[in-house]
Amino acid sequence: MSVLAAPEAKAAPVRNVLEARGIVKSYGHVVALDGVDFELRAGEILAVVGDNGAGKSTLIKTLTGAVVPDSGEILLDGEPVHFKGPLDARHRGIETVYQDLAVAPALDIPSNLFLGRELLSPGLLGSLFRRLDKRRMRDEAERAMAELKFRLPSIASRVENLSGGQRQGVAVARAAVFARKLVIMDEPTAALGVRETGQVLELIRTIRDRGLPVVLISHNMPNVFDLADRIFIMRLGRRAAVVSPKSHSMADVVAIMTGAVKADGG
Amino acid sequence: MSSATPSAPEASAGLLSRVKTIPSVGPVLVLLAFCLVFAVTNPRFLAPHNLSIILQQTIVVGTLAIGQTLVILTAGIDLAVGAICVLGTIVAGKLVNLGYDPMLSMLFAVVLCTLSGLVAGTLVSRLDLPPFIVTLGTLGILTAALRLISQGGAFPVQDSFLGLTGNTFRVGSFVLTYGVLAMLLLYAAAWYLLNETRWGRHVYAIGNNPEAARLVGIPVRRHLLQVYALAGLIYGITAWLALGRIPNADPNALQTANLDSITAVVIGGTSLFGGRGGLVGTLIGALIVGVLRNGLTLAGIDPLWQDLVTGILVILAVAFDQLSRRRR
Ligand SMILES: Nc1ncnc2c1ncn2[C@@H]1O[C@H](COP(=O)(O)OP(=O)(O)O)[C@@H](O)[C@H]1O
Ligand SMILES: [Mg+2]
Repeated sequence: MSVLAAPEAKAAPVRNVLEARGIVKSYGHVVALDGVDFELRAGEILAVVGDNGAGKSTLIKTLTGAVVPDSGEILLDGEPVHFKGPLDARHRGIETVYQDLAVAPALDIPSNLFLGRELLSPGLLGSLFRRLDKRRMRDEAERAMAELKFRLPSIASRVENLSGGQRQGVAVARAAVFARKLVIMDEPTAALGVRETGQVLELIRTIRDRGLPVVLISHNMPNVFDLADRIFIMRLGRRAAVVSPKSHSMADVVAIMTGAVKADGG
Repeated sequence: MSSATPSAPEASAGLLSRVKTIPSVGPVLVLLAFCLVFAVTNPRFLAPHNLSIILQQTIVVGTLAIGQTLVILTAGIDLAVGAICVLGTIVAGKLVNLGYDPMLSMLFAVVLCTLSGLVAGTLVSRLDLPPFIVTLGTLGILTAALRLISQGGAFPVQDSFLGLTGNTFRVGSFVLTYGVLAMLLLYAAAWYLLNETRWGRHVYAIGNNPEAARLVGIPVRRHLLQVYALAGLIYGITAWLALGRIPNADPNALQTANLDSITAVVIGGTSLFGGRGGLVGTLIGALIVGVLRNGLTLAGIDPLWQDLVTGILVILAVAFDQLSRRRR
Protein backbone atom coordinates (compact mmCIF):
# COMPACT_ATOMS: atom_id res chain seq x y z
CA MET A 1 0.00 0.00 0.00
CA SER A 2 1.14 3.49 -0.71
CA VAL A 3 2.21 5.67 2.18
CA LEU A 4 0.13 8.46 0.75
CA ALA A 5 -3.54 7.97 1.31
CA ALA A 6 -4.97 6.44 -1.82
CA PRO A 7 -6.68 9.19 -3.79
CA GLU A 8 -10.11 7.86 -4.44
CA ALA A 9 -10.70 6.86 -8.04
CA LYS A 10 -9.29 8.66 -11.02
CA ALA A 11 -11.94 7.09 -13.20
CA ALA A 12 -14.68 9.64 -13.92
CA PRO A 13 -13.09 12.72 -15.49
CA VAL A 14 -15.49 15.32 -14.05
CA ARG A 15 -16.52 14.01 -10.70
CA ASN A 16 -16.96 16.67 -8.03
CA VAL A 17 -15.02 15.74 -4.92
CA LEU A 18 -16.26 18.73 -2.98
CA GLU A 19 -19.29 20.80 -3.76
CA ALA A 20 -20.93 23.75 -2.04
CA ARG A 21 -24.30 25.26 -2.93
CA GLY A 22 -25.69 28.64 -1.98
CA ILE A 23 -23.31 29.25 0.91
CA VAL A 24 -24.27 32.35 2.92
CA LYS A 25 -22.25 33.69 5.83
CA SER A 26 -22.74 37.07 7.47
CA TYR A 27 -20.81 38.76 10.23
CA GLY A 28 -23.27 41.22 11.70
CA HIS A 29 -24.42 43.16 8.65
CA VAL A 30 -21.28 42.33 6.67
CA VAL A 31 -22.23 39.65 4.17
CA ALA A 32 -18.96 37.79 3.71
CA LEU A 33 -20.47 35.09 1.47
CA ASP A 34 -23.58 35.85 -0.50
CA GLY A 35 -24.82 32.53 -1.89
CA VAL A 36 -21.66 30.96 -3.24
CA ASP A 37 -21.60 27.82 -5.38
CA PHE A 38 -18.33 25.98 -5.53
CA GLU A 39 -17.09 22.72 -6.92
CA LEU A 40 -13.75 20.99 -6.83
CA ARG A 41 -13.23 18.30 -9.43
CA ALA A 42 -11.27 15.12 -8.98
CA GLY A 43 -7.59 15.46 -9.76
CA GLU A 44 -7.48 19.21 -10.33
CA ILE A 45 -5.73 22.20 -8.85
CA LEU A 46 -8.39 24.85 -8.39
CA ALA A 47 -7.03 28.32 -7.67
CA VAL A 48 -9.23 30.69 -5.69
CA VAL A 49 -8.52 34.35 -6.37
CA GLY A 50 -10.17 37.61 -5.44
CA ASP A 51 -9.49 41.04 -4.02
CA ASN A 52 -8.97 41.58 -0.30
CA GLY A 53 -12.26 41.06 1.49
CA ALA A 54 -13.82 39.18 -1.43
CA GLY A 55 -14.57 36.27 0.88
CA LYS A 56 -11.87 33.75 -0.06
CA SER A 57 -10.82 32.93 3.50
CA THR A 58 -14.40 32.73 4.73
CA LEU A 59 -15.32 30.35 1.91
CA ILE A 60 -12.34 28.14 2.68
CA LYS A 61 -13.19 28.18 6.38
CA THR A 62 -16.68 26.90 5.68
CA LEU A 63 -15.14 24.08 3.64
CA THR A 64 -12.70 23.12 6.42
CA GLY A 65 -15.24 23.35 9.21
CA ALA A 66 -13.61 26.37 10.83
CA VAL A 67 -16.74 28.43 10.13
CA VAL A 68 -20.30 27.12 10.03
CA PRO A 69 -22.27 28.80 7.22
CA ASP A 70 -25.63 30.49 7.91
CA SER A 71 -27.19 28.56 5.06
CA GLY A 72 -26.27 26.47 2.06
CA GLU A 73 -25.06 22.91 1.78
CA ILE A 74 -21.72 21.19 1.40
CA LEU A 75 -21.33 17.85 -0.30
CA LEU A 76 -18.28 15.66 -0.01
CA ASP A 77 -18.24 13.01 -2.74
CA GLY A 78 -21.87 13.82 -3.34
CA GLU A 79 -22.83 13.26 0.27
CA PRO A 80 -24.10 16.15 2.42
CA VAL A 81 -21.77 16.96 5.32
CA HIS A 82 -22.08 19.31 8.29
CA PHE A 83 -18.66 20.00 9.75
CA LYS A 84 -18.77 21.03 13.40
CA GLY A 85 -15.11 21.98 13.47
CA PRO A 86 -11.77 21.62 11.70
CA LEU A 87 -11.14 18.21 13.29
CA ASP A 88 -14.42 17.03 11.85
CA ALA A 89 -13.34 17.98 8.33
CA ARG A 90 -9.97 16.34 8.90
CA HIS A 91 -11.58 13.09 9.94
CA ARG A 92 -13.45 13.20 6.64
CA GLY A 93 -10.20 13.45 4.68
CA ILE A 94 -9.80 17.21 4.17
CA GLU A 95 -6.40 18.60 5.13
CA THR A 96 -5.42 22.27 5.30
CA VAL A 97 -2.05 23.97 4.89
CA TYR A 98 -1.67 27.43 6.38
CA GLN A 99 0.36 30.40 5.29
CA ASP A 100 2.53 30.56 8.38
CA LEU A 101 4.74 27.58 8.91
CA ALA A 102 2.71 25.29 11.11
CA VAL A 103 5.62 23.12 12.20
CA ALA A 104 7.43 22.50 15.47
CA PRO A 105 10.99 23.61 14.64
CA ALA A 106 12.81 21.68 17.37
CA LEU A 107 11.25 18.37 16.33
CA ASP A 108 12.57 16.30 13.47
CA ILE A 109 10.85 15.71 10.15
CA PRO A 110 9.02 12.45 11.01
CA SER A 111 7.78 13.96 14.30
CA ASN A 112 6.38 16.91 12.41
CA LEU A 113 4.88 14.79 9.69
CA PHE A 114 3.05 12.64 12.22
CA LEU A 115 2.38 15.41 14.75
CA GLY A 116 -0.95 14.74 16.42
CA ARG A 117 -1.24 11.40 14.59
CA GLU A 118 1.78 9.55 15.90
CA LEU A 119 1.98 5.84 15.19
CA LEU A 120 2.11 3.46 18.13
CA SER A 121 4.03 0.22 18.33
CA PRO A 122 2.13 -2.95 17.52
CA GLY A 123 0.91 -5.20 20.32
CA LEU A 124 0.95 -4.53 24.05
CA LEU A 125 3.81 -2.03 23.78
CA GLY A 126 1.53 0.21 21.83
CA SER A 127 -1.88 -0.51 23.32
CA LEU A 128 -0.85 -0.73 26.98
CA PHE A 129 2.42 1.22 27.18
CA ARG A 130 1.43 3.76 24.50
CA ARG A 131 4.88 3.44 22.96
CA LEU A 132 5.65 5.45 19.84
CA ASP A 133 6.77 3.50 16.81
CA LYS A 134 9.59 5.90 15.89
CA ARG A 135 11.12 3.50 13.44
CA ARG A 136 7.96 3.10 11.40
CA MET A 137 7.27 6.85 11.45
CA ARG A 138 10.76 7.46 10.19
CA ASP A 139 10.49 4.87 7.44
CA GLU A 140 7.09 6.09 6.33
CA ALA A 141 8.23 9.71 6.38
CA GLU A 142 11.18 8.75 4.21
CA ARG A 143 8.94 6.89 1.80
CA ALA A 144 6.41 9.72 1.62
CA MET A 145 9.11 12.26 0.86
CA ALA A 146 10.53 9.98 -1.82
CA GLU A 147 7.09 9.48 -3.38
CA LEU A 148 6.52 13.22 -3.35
CA LYS A 149 10.00 13.67 -4.86
CA PHE A 150 10.71 16.28 -2.22
CA ARG A 151 14.40 16.55 -1.50
CA LEU A 152 15.48 17.01 2.09
CA PRO A 153 18.98 16.89 3.60
CA SER A 154 18.17 14.01 5.98
CA ILE A 155 14.93 12.68 7.31
CA ALA A 156 16.37 12.96 10.84
CA SER A 157 17.01 16.70 10.53
CA ARG A 158 15.31 18.99 12.93
CA VAL A 159 12.92 21.17 11.01
CA GLU A 160 14.69 24.32 12.24
CA ASN A 161 17.73 23.28 10.21
CA LEU A 162 15.71 23.33 6.97
CA SER A 163 15.15 26.26 4.64
CA GLY A 164 11.78 28.02 4.66
CA GLY A 165 10.73 26.21 1.50
CA GLN A 166 11.69 22.84 2.91
CA ARG A 167 9.79 23.59 6.12
CA GLN A 168 6.66 24.48 4.23
CA GLY A 169 7.33 21.36 2.17
CA VAL A 170 7.07 19.34 5.38
CA ALA A 171 3.73 21.00 6.19
CA VAL A 172 2.43 20.36 2.67
CA ALA A 173 3.66 16.76 2.76
CA ARG A 174 1.87 16.25 6.08
CA ALA A 175 -1.38 17.34 4.47
CA ALA A 176 -0.76 15.16 1.43
CA VAL A 177 0.04 12.09 3.50
CA PHE A 178 -3.15 12.30 5.55
CA ALA A 179 -5.65 13.80 3.12
CA ARG A 180 -7.90 11.12 1.72
CA LYS A 181 -10.11 13.51 -0.28
CA LEU A 182 -8.46 16.87 -0.87
CA VAL A 183 -5.94 19.41 0.33
CA ILE A 184 -6.72 23.07 0.89
CA MET A 185 -3.88 25.58 0.92
CA ASP A 186 -4.35 29.16 2.06
CA GLU A 187 -1.48 31.18 0.57
CA PRO A 188 1.09 28.47 1.27
CA THR A 189 3.95 30.38 -0.32
CA ALA A 190 3.18 33.88 0.95
CA ALA A 191 6.02 33.75 3.48
CA LEU A 192 8.58 32.33 1.04
CA GLY A 193 11.17 33.68 -1.38
CA VAL A 194 11.07 33.05 -5.12
CA ARG A 195 13.22 29.91 -5.23
CA GLU A 196 11.59 28.43 -2.16
CA THR A 197 8.16 29.12 -3.65
CA GLY A 198 9.26 27.12 -6.69
CA GLN A 199 10.03 24.07 -4.54
CA VAL A 200 6.63 24.18 -2.88
CA LEU A 201 4.75 24.71 -6.17
CA GLU A 202 6.53 21.70 -7.61
CA LEU A 203 5.39 19.70 -4.61
CA ILE A 204 1.78 20.84 -5.07
CA ARG A 205 1.94 19.72 -8.70
CA THR A 206 3.24 16.32 -7.66
CA ILE A 207 0.38 15.95 -5.23
CA ARG A 208 -2.15 16.77 -7.96
CA ASP A 209 -0.45 14.38 -10.37
CA ARG A 210 -0.85 11.64 -7.82
CA GLY A 211 -4.58 12.25 -8.03
CA LEU A 212 -5.30 14.32 -4.94
CA PRO A 213 -7.27 17.49 -5.75
CA VAL A 214 -5.98 20.77 -4.37
CA VAL A 215 -7.68 24.07 -3.58
CA LEU A 216 -5.07 26.81 -3.73
CA ILE A 217 -5.71 30.34 -2.51
CA SER A 218 -3.11 32.69 -3.89
CA HIS A 219 -2.51 36.34 -4.61
CA ASN A 220 0.28 35.55 -6.98
CA MET A 221 -1.14 35.53 -10.52
CA PRO A 222 1.93 34.06 -12.25
CA ASN A 223 1.87 31.17 -9.75
CA VAL A 224 -1.85 30.70 -10.27
CA PHE A 225 -1.45 30.58 -14.04
CA ASP A 226 1.54 28.31 -13.73
CA LEU A 227 -0.26 25.78 -11.58
CA ALA A 228 -4.05 25.92 -11.78
CA ASP A 229 -6.33 23.79 -13.91
CA ARG A 230 -9.20 26.16 -13.24
CA ILE A 231 -9.45 29.56 -11.59
CA PHE A 232 -12.31 30.40 -9.25
CA ILE A 233 -12.73 34.18 -9.12
CA MET A 234 -14.50 35.81 -6.18
CA ARG A 235 -15.83 39.30 -5.93
CA LEU A 236 -17.82 40.91 -3.10
CA GLY A 237 -18.78 37.64 -1.47
CA ARG A 238 -19.97 36.07 -4.72
CA ARG A 239 -18.56 33.76 -7.32
CA ALA A 240 -17.74 36.10 -10.20
CA ALA A 241 -16.53 33.42 -12.62
CA VAL A 242 -14.66 30.18 -13.00
CA VAL A 243 -12.22 30.32 -15.93
CA SER A 244 -9.48 28.24 -17.46
CA PRO A 245 -5.96 29.65 -17.59
CA LYS A 246 -5.84 28.38 -21.17
CA SER A 247 -8.74 30.51 -22.37
CA HIS A 248 -8.18 33.59 -20.23
CA SER A 249 -5.21 35.86 -19.65
CA MET A 250 -4.01 37.31 -16.36
CA ALA A 251 -5.45 40.64 -17.43
CA ASP A 252 -8.86 39.00 -17.98
CA VAL A 253 -8.81 37.48 -14.52
CA VAL A 254 -7.79 40.72 -12.86
CA ALA A 255 -10.53 42.53 -14.76
CA ILE A 256 -13.16 40.07 -13.50
CA MET A 257 -11.73 40.26 -9.96
CA THR A 258 -11.99 44.02 -9.85
CA GLY A 259 -15.36 44.20 -11.57
CA ALA A 260 -14.04 45.97 -14.66
CA VAL A 261 -15.49 43.17 -16.74
CA LYS A 262 -18.67 41.18 -16.11
CA ALA A 263 -17.96 37.53 -16.67
CA ASP A 264 -20.43 34.94 -17.87
CA GLY A 265 -18.37 31.91 -16.99
CA GLY A 266 -19.97 31.47 -13.53
CA MET B 1 18.08 14.20 25.99
CA SER B 2 18.15 13.53 22.32
CA SER B 3 15.26 11.16 21.84
CA ALA B 4 12.74 13.97 21.55
CA THR B 5 14.28 14.42 18.17
CA PRO B 6 15.65 11.01 17.39
CA SER B 7 18.67 11.76 15.33
CA ALA B 8 20.75 9.19 13.59
CA PRO B 9 23.94 11.08 12.82
CA GLU B 10 24.73 11.05 9.16
CA ALA B 11 27.64 8.88 8.22
CA SER B 12 29.54 11.86 6.91
CA ALA B 13 29.22 13.84 10.15
CA GLY B 14 32.45 14.27 12.05
CA LEU B 15 32.91 13.17 15.63
CA LEU B 16 32.63 16.71 16.96
CA SER B 17 29.33 17.48 15.24
CA ARG B 18 28.10 14.08 16.29
CA VAL B 19 29.00 14.82 19.90
CA LYS B 20 27.24 18.16 19.63
CA THR B 21 23.99 16.43 18.72
CA ILE B 22 23.98 14.79 22.18
CA PRO B 23 22.71 17.68 24.28
CA SER B 24 23.77 16.20 27.64
CA VAL B 25 27.50 16.31 26.88
CA GLY B 26 27.83 19.89 28.15
CA PRO B 27 26.20 19.20 31.54
CA VAL B 28 28.25 16.01 31.98
CA LEU B 29 31.45 17.97 31.39
CA VAL B 30 30.36 20.61 33.93
CA LEU B 31 29.60 17.85 36.45
CA LEU B 32 32.97 16.20 35.90
CA ALA B 33 34.75 19.56 36.18
CA PHE B 34 33.12 20.29 39.55
CA CYS B 35 33.88 16.76 40.79
CA LEU B 36 37.50 17.15 39.71
CA VAL B 37 37.92 20.47 41.53
CA PHE B 38 36.34 19.18 44.73
CA ALA B 39 38.21 15.87 44.57
CA VAL B 40 41.56 17.63 44.21
CA THR B 41 40.89 20.14 46.98
CA ASN B 42 39.40 17.66 49.42
CA PRO B 43 40.26 13.97 49.54
CA ARG B 44 37.09 13.23 51.50
CA PHE B 45 34.93 14.30 48.55
CA LEU B 46 35.32 11.03 46.61
CA ALA B 47 34.89 8.76 49.66
CA PRO B 48 32.00 6.31 49.09
CA HIS B 49 30.36 7.66 52.20
CA ASN B 50 30.35 11.20 50.81
CA LEU B 51 29.16 10.14 47.36
CA SER B 52 26.24 8.32 49.03
CA ILE B 53 25.48 11.51 50.94
CA ILE B 54 25.48 13.55 47.73
CA LEU B 55 22.97 11.20 46.16
CA GLN B 56 20.74 11.42 49.21
CA GLN B 57 21.03 15.18 49.25
CA THR B 58 19.97 15.23 45.62
CA ILE B 59 16.73 13.30 46.18
CA VAL B 60 14.39 16.19 46.97
CA VAL B 61 15.65 18.75 44.45
CA GLY B 62 16.23 16.02 41.88
CA THR B 63 12.66 14.72 42.12
CA LEU B 64 11.12 18.19 42.21
CA ALA B 65 13.15 18.98 39.09
CA ILE B 66 11.24 16.27 37.18
CA GLY B 67 8.02 18.26 37.57
CA GLN B 68 9.88 21.49 36.91
CA THR B 69 11.22 20.01 33.65
CA LEU B 70 7.73 19.10 32.45
CA VAL B 71 6.47 22.60 33.18
CA ILE B 72 9.46 24.37 31.62
CA LEU B 73 9.20 22.20 28.49
CA THR B 74 5.77 23.76 27.91
CA ALA B 75 7.46 27.18 28.10
CA GLY B 76 6.15 27.68 31.63
CA ILE B 77 7.90 27.92 34.97
CA ASP B 78 6.95 26.64 38.40
CA LEU B 79 7.82 28.80 41.40
CA ALA B 80 5.62 26.75 43.74
CA VAL B 81 7.67 23.51 43.61
CA GLY B 82 9.01 23.80 47.14
CA ALA B 83 5.79 25.18 48.59
CA ILE B 84 3.64 22.34 47.21
CA CYS B 85 6.13 19.77 48.48
CA VAL B 86 6.15 21.37 51.94
CA LEU B 87 2.35 21.32 51.84
CA GLY B 88 2.63 17.56 51.41
CA THR B 89 5.00 17.06 54.34
CA ILE B 90 2.96 19.23 56.69
CA VAL B 91 -0.41 17.74 55.82
CA ALA B 92 0.86 14.16 56.04
CA GLY B 93 2.80 14.87 59.23
CA LYS B 94 -0.08 16.69 60.88
CA LEU B 95 -2.60 13.95 60.08
CA VAL B 96 -0.32 11.17 61.31
CA ASN B 97 0.42 13.08 64.49
CA LEU B 98 -3.35 13.41 64.97
CA GLY B 99 -3.53 9.63 64.84
CA TYR B 100 -4.76 8.98 61.30
CA ASP B 101 -3.59 6.03 59.26
CA PRO B 102 -0.12 6.90 57.86
CA MET B 103 -0.73 5.44 54.43
CA LEU B 104 -4.05 7.25 53.99
CA SER B 105 -2.54 10.45 55.37
CA MET B 106 0.27 10.35 52.84
CA LEU B 107 -2.15 9.52 50.07
CA PHE B 108 -4.36 12.45 51.06
CA ALA B 109 -1.32 14.76 51.09
CA VAL B 110 -0.28 13.60 47.61
CA VAL B 111 -3.80 14.15 46.31
CA LEU B 112 -3.77 17.66 47.79
CA CYS B 113 -0.46 18.43 46.05
CA THR B 114 -1.89 17.14 42.78
CA LEU B 115 -4.92 19.39 43.26
CA SER B 116 -2.62 22.38 43.84
CA GLY B 117 -0.98 21.61 40.50
CA LEU B 118 -4.40 21.20 38.93
CA VAL B 119 -5.52 24.62 40.17
CA ALA B 120 -2.35 26.27 38.86
CA GLY B 121 -2.78 24.41 35.57
CA THR B 122 -6.40 25.55 35.29
CA LEU B 123 -5.40 29.19 35.76
CA VAL B 124 -2.61 28.86 33.21
CA SER B 125 -4.50 26.90 30.58
CA ARG B 126 -8.05 28.24 30.84
CA LEU B 127 -7.46 31.87 31.81
CA ASP B 128 -4.17 32.21 29.92
CA LEU B 129 -2.50 33.70 32.99
CA PRO B 130 1.31 33.70 32.86
CA PRO B 131 2.71 30.62 34.66
CA PHE B 132 5.22 32.86 36.40
CA ILE B 133 2.46 34.87 38.13
CA VAL B 134 0.19 31.91 38.86
CA THR B 135 2.92 29.88 40.55
CA LEU B 136 4.33 32.91 42.34
CA GLY B 137 0.84 33.54 43.73
CA THR B 138 0.55 29.85 44.69
CA LEU B 139 3.89 30.12 46.47
CA GLY B 140 2.71 33.15 48.47
CA ILE B 141 -0.64 31.62 49.39
CA LEU B 142 0.78 28.23 50.39
CA THR B 143 3.66 29.67 52.37
CA ALA B 144 1.33 31.85 54.42
CA ALA B 145 -1.29 29.10 54.85
CA LEU B 146 1.28 26.53 55.95
CA ARG B 147 2.73 28.84 58.58
CA LEU B 148 -0.79 29.43 59.86
CA ILE B 149 -1.63 25.70 59.97
CA SER B 150 1.56 24.78 61.78
CA GLN B 151 1.53 27.88 63.97
CA GLY B 152 4.82 28.87 62.48
CA GLY B 153 6.88 26.04 63.85
CA ALA B 154 8.39 22.82 62.59
CA PHE B 155 7.32 19.55 64.19
CA PRO B 156 8.80 16.07 64.21
CA VAL B 157 7.14 13.28 62.24
CA GLN B 158 8.01 9.92 63.74
CA ASP B 159 6.32 7.26 61.70
CA SER B 160 7.79 4.19 60.08
CA PHE B 161 5.70 4.49 56.92
CA LEU B 162 6.33 8.19 56.38
CA GLY B 163 10.02 7.61 57.06
CA LEU B 164 10.15 4.46 54.91
CA THR B 165 12.09 5.97 52.02
CA GLY B 166 14.93 6.85 54.41
CA ASN B 167 15.70 3.15 55.01
CA THR B 168 19.06 2.12 53.64
CA PHE B 169 20.57 -0.74 51.69
CA ARG B 170 24.13 -1.41 50.63
CA VAL B 171 25.57 -1.62 47.14
CA GLY B 172 29.23 -2.53 47.64
CA SER B 173 30.67 0.18 49.81
CA PHE B 174 27.82 2.56 49.00
CA VAL B 175 24.94 3.03 51.36
CA LEU B 176 21.84 4.05 49.47
CA THR B 177 18.34 4.86 50.64
CA TYR B 178 15.09 3.74 49.07
CA GLY B 179 14.55 7.43 48.40
CA VAL B 180 17.47 7.40 45.94
CA LEU B 181 15.95 4.38 44.25
CA ALA B 182 12.53 6.03 44.13
CA MET B 183 14.01 9.15 42.55
CA LEU B 184 15.74 7.12 39.85
CA LEU B 185 12.57 5.12 39.17
CA LEU B 186 10.58 8.33 38.85
CA TYR B 187 13.16 9.64 36.40
CA ALA B 188 12.90 6.45 34.36
CA ALA B 189 9.10 6.56 34.29
CA ALA B 190 8.95 10.27 33.43
CA TRP B 191 11.65 9.78 30.79
CA TYR B 192 9.60 7.06 29.15
CA LEU B 193 6.49 9.22 29.22
CA LEU B 194 8.31 12.19 27.74
CA ASN B 195 10.33 10.40 25.07
CA GLU B 196 8.49 7.28 24.11
CA THR B 197 4.83 8.28 24.17
CA ARG B 198 2.50 10.51 22.23
CA TRP B 199 1.75 12.45 25.42
CA GLY B 200 5.39 13.41 25.81
CA ARG B 201 5.81 14.25 22.16
CA HIS B 202 2.89 16.65 22.51
CA VAL B 203 4.52 18.32 25.52
CA TYR B 204 7.47 19.16 23.28
CA ALA B 205 5.23 20.31 20.43
CA ILE B 206 3.22 22.61 22.70
CA GLY B 207 6.35 24.18 24.14
CA ASN B 208 7.86 24.50 20.71
CA ASN B 209 4.96 25.93 18.71
CA PRO B 210 1.58 25.94 20.49
CA GLU B 211 -0.20 27.24 17.39
CA ALA B 212 1.11 24.39 15.24
CA ALA B 213 0.13 21.95 17.99
CA ARG B 214 -3.40 23.34 18.03
CA LEU B 215 -3.67 23.23 14.23
CA VAL B 216 -2.78 19.53 14.08
CA GLY B 217 -5.51 18.84 16.62
CA ILE B 218 -3.58 18.48 19.87
CA PRO B 219 -5.86 19.60 22.74
CA VAL B 220 -3.35 22.18 23.97
CA ARG B 221 -5.28 23.46 26.99
CA ARG B 222 -6.13 20.01 28.31
CA HIS B 223 -2.53 18.94 27.84
CA LEU B 224 -1.20 21.92 29.80
CA LEU B 225 -3.62 21.13 32.60
CA GLN B 226 -2.36 17.56 32.70
CA VAL B 227 1.25 18.73 32.81
CA TYR B 228 0.67 20.93 35.86
CA ALA B 229 -1.38 18.26 37.61
CA LEU B 230 1.31 15.64 36.96
CA ALA B 231 3.93 18.06 38.26
CA GLY B 232 1.83 18.50 41.43
CA LEU B 233 1.64 14.72 41.82
CA ILE B 234 5.43 14.49 41.55
CA TYR B 235 5.87 17.22 44.18
CA GLY B 236 3.49 15.24 46.43
CA ILE B 237 5.55 12.07 46.04
CA THR B 238 8.63 14.18 46.73
CA ALA B 239 7.04 15.15 50.07
CA TRP B 240 7.15 11.48 51.04
CA LEU B 241 10.79 11.23 49.98
CA ALA B 242 11.54 14.43 51.93
CA LEU B 243 10.06 12.94 55.13
CA GLY B 244 12.30 9.92 54.59
CA ARG B 245 15.30 12.22 54.39
CA ILE B 246 14.44 14.33 57.43
CA PRO B 247 11.62 13.21 59.75
CA ASN B 248 10.48 16.74 60.30
CA ALA B 249 7.70 18.86 58.81
CA ASP B 250 8.87 22.44 58.55
CA PRO B 251 6.85 25.26 56.95
CA ASN B 252 10.10 27.11 56.35
CA ALA B 253 11.84 24.21 54.61
CA LEU B 254 12.89 24.05 50.95
CA GLN B 255 13.39 27.80 50.62
CA THR B 256 15.97 27.23 47.89
CA ALA B 257 13.92 24.61 46.01
CA ASN B 258 12.88 27.07 43.30
CA LEU B 259 16.41 28.22 42.65
CA ASP B 260 17.86 24.72 42.84
CA SER B 261 15.24 22.96 40.71
CA ILE B 262 15.26 25.64 38.03
CA THR B 263 19.07 25.58 38.06
CA ALA B 264 19.06 21.81 37.66
CA VAL B 265 16.68 22.00 34.70
CA VAL B 266 18.45 24.85 32.95
CA ILE B 267 22.00 23.59 33.53
CA GLY B 268 20.73 20.27 32.22
CA GLY B 269 20.13 21.94 28.88
CA THR B 270 16.35 22.45 28.92
CA SER B 271 15.40 25.77 27.37
CA LEU B 272 13.33 28.24 29.39
CA PHE B 273 11.64 29.09 26.08
CA GLY B 274 10.12 25.61 25.99
CA GLY B 275 10.16 22.64 23.66
CA ARG B 276 13.81 21.71 24.01
CA GLY B 277 15.71 19.62 26.50
CA GLY B 278 14.81 16.67 28.67
CA LEU B 279 15.20 14.63 31.81
CA VAL B 280 18.65 13.11 31.35
CA GLY B 281 20.02 16.65 31.40
CA THR B 282 17.91 17.52 34.43
CA LEU B 283 19.20 14.54 36.43
CA ILE B 284 22.75 15.60 35.65
CA GLY B 285 21.82 19.19 36.47
CA ALA B 286 20.41 18.08 39.84
CA LEU B 287 23.63 16.18 40.52
CA ILE B 288 25.62 19.31 39.65
CA VAL B 289 23.61 21.30 42.18
CA GLY B 290 24.06 18.50 44.76
CA VAL B 291 27.81 18.21 44.13
CA LEU B 292 28.21 21.96 44.30
CA ARG B 293 26.43 22.33 47.62
CA ASN B 294 28.19 19.28 49.08
CA GLY B 295 31.63 20.33 47.87
CA LEU B 296 31.24 23.84 49.19
CA THR B 297 29.98 22.51 52.53
CA LEU B 298 32.98 20.21 52.79
CA ALA B 299 35.17 23.22 52.11
CA GLY B 300 33.47 24.92 55.03
CA ILE B 301 31.77 27.57 52.93
CA ASP B 302 28.67 29.30 54.25
CA PRO B 303 25.33 28.17 52.66
CA LEU B 304 24.66 31.78 51.63
CA TRP B 305 27.72 31.59 49.39
CA GLN B 306 26.30 28.35 47.97
CA ASP B 307 23.12 30.18 47.00
CA LEU B 308 25.24 32.87 45.43
CA VAL B 309 27.21 30.39 43.34
CA THR B 310 24.00 28.57 42.32
CA GLY B 311 22.51 31.90 41.31
CA ILE B 312 25.49 32.69 39.11
CA LEU B 313 25.32 29.21 37.60
CA VAL B 314 21.66 29.51 36.63
CA ILE B 315 22.22 32.93 35.06
CA LEU B 316 25.16 31.59 33.06
CA ALA B 317 23.09 28.65 31.87
CA VAL B 318 20.20 30.88 30.81
CA ALA B 319 22.57 33.26 29.04
CA PHE B 320 23.97 30.30 27.16
CA ASP B 321 20.44 29.21 26.20
CA GLN B 322 19.58 32.72 25.04
CA LEU B 323 22.72 32.96 22.92
CA SER B 324 22.16 29.62 21.22
CA ARG B 325 18.55 30.65 20.61
CA ARG B 326 19.71 33.81 18.88
CA ARG B 327 21.86 31.72 16.57
CA ARG B 328 18.89 29.64 15.48
N1 LIG C 1 -14.54 36.96 11.81
C1 LIG C 1 -15.03 38.00 11.11
N2 LIG C 1 -15.76 38.95 11.72
C2 LIG C 1 -16.28 39.98 11.02
N3 LIG C 1 -16.12 40.15 9.73
C3 LIG C 1 -15.41 39.24 9.04
C4 LIG C 1 -14.82 38.12 9.70
N4 LIG C 1 -14.16 37.38 8.77
C5 LIG C 1 -14.33 38.02 7.60
N5 LIG C 1 -15.07 39.13 7.76
C6 LIG C 1 -15.48 40.03 6.69
O1 LIG C 1 -15.96 39.26 5.62
C7 LIG C 1 -15.51 39.76 4.39
C8 LIG C 1 -14.73 38.68 3.65
O2 LIG C 1 -13.49 38.45 4.33
P1 LIG C 1 -12.44 37.31 3.93
O3 LIG C 1 -13.18 36.04 3.74
O4 LIG C 1 -11.35 37.32 4.91
O5 LIG C 1 -11.92 37.83 2.51
P2 LIG C 1 -10.55 37.49 1.76
O6 LIG C 1 -9.95 36.28 2.38
O7 LIG C 1 -10.97 37.28 0.35
O8 LIG C 1 -9.68 38.68 1.88
C9 LIG C 1 -14.68 40.99 4.71
O9 LIG C 1 -15.50 42.13 4.57
C10 LIG C 1 -14.29 40.80 6.14
O10 LIG C 1 -14.12 42.03 6.77
MG1 LIG D 1 -7.95 36.06 3.34
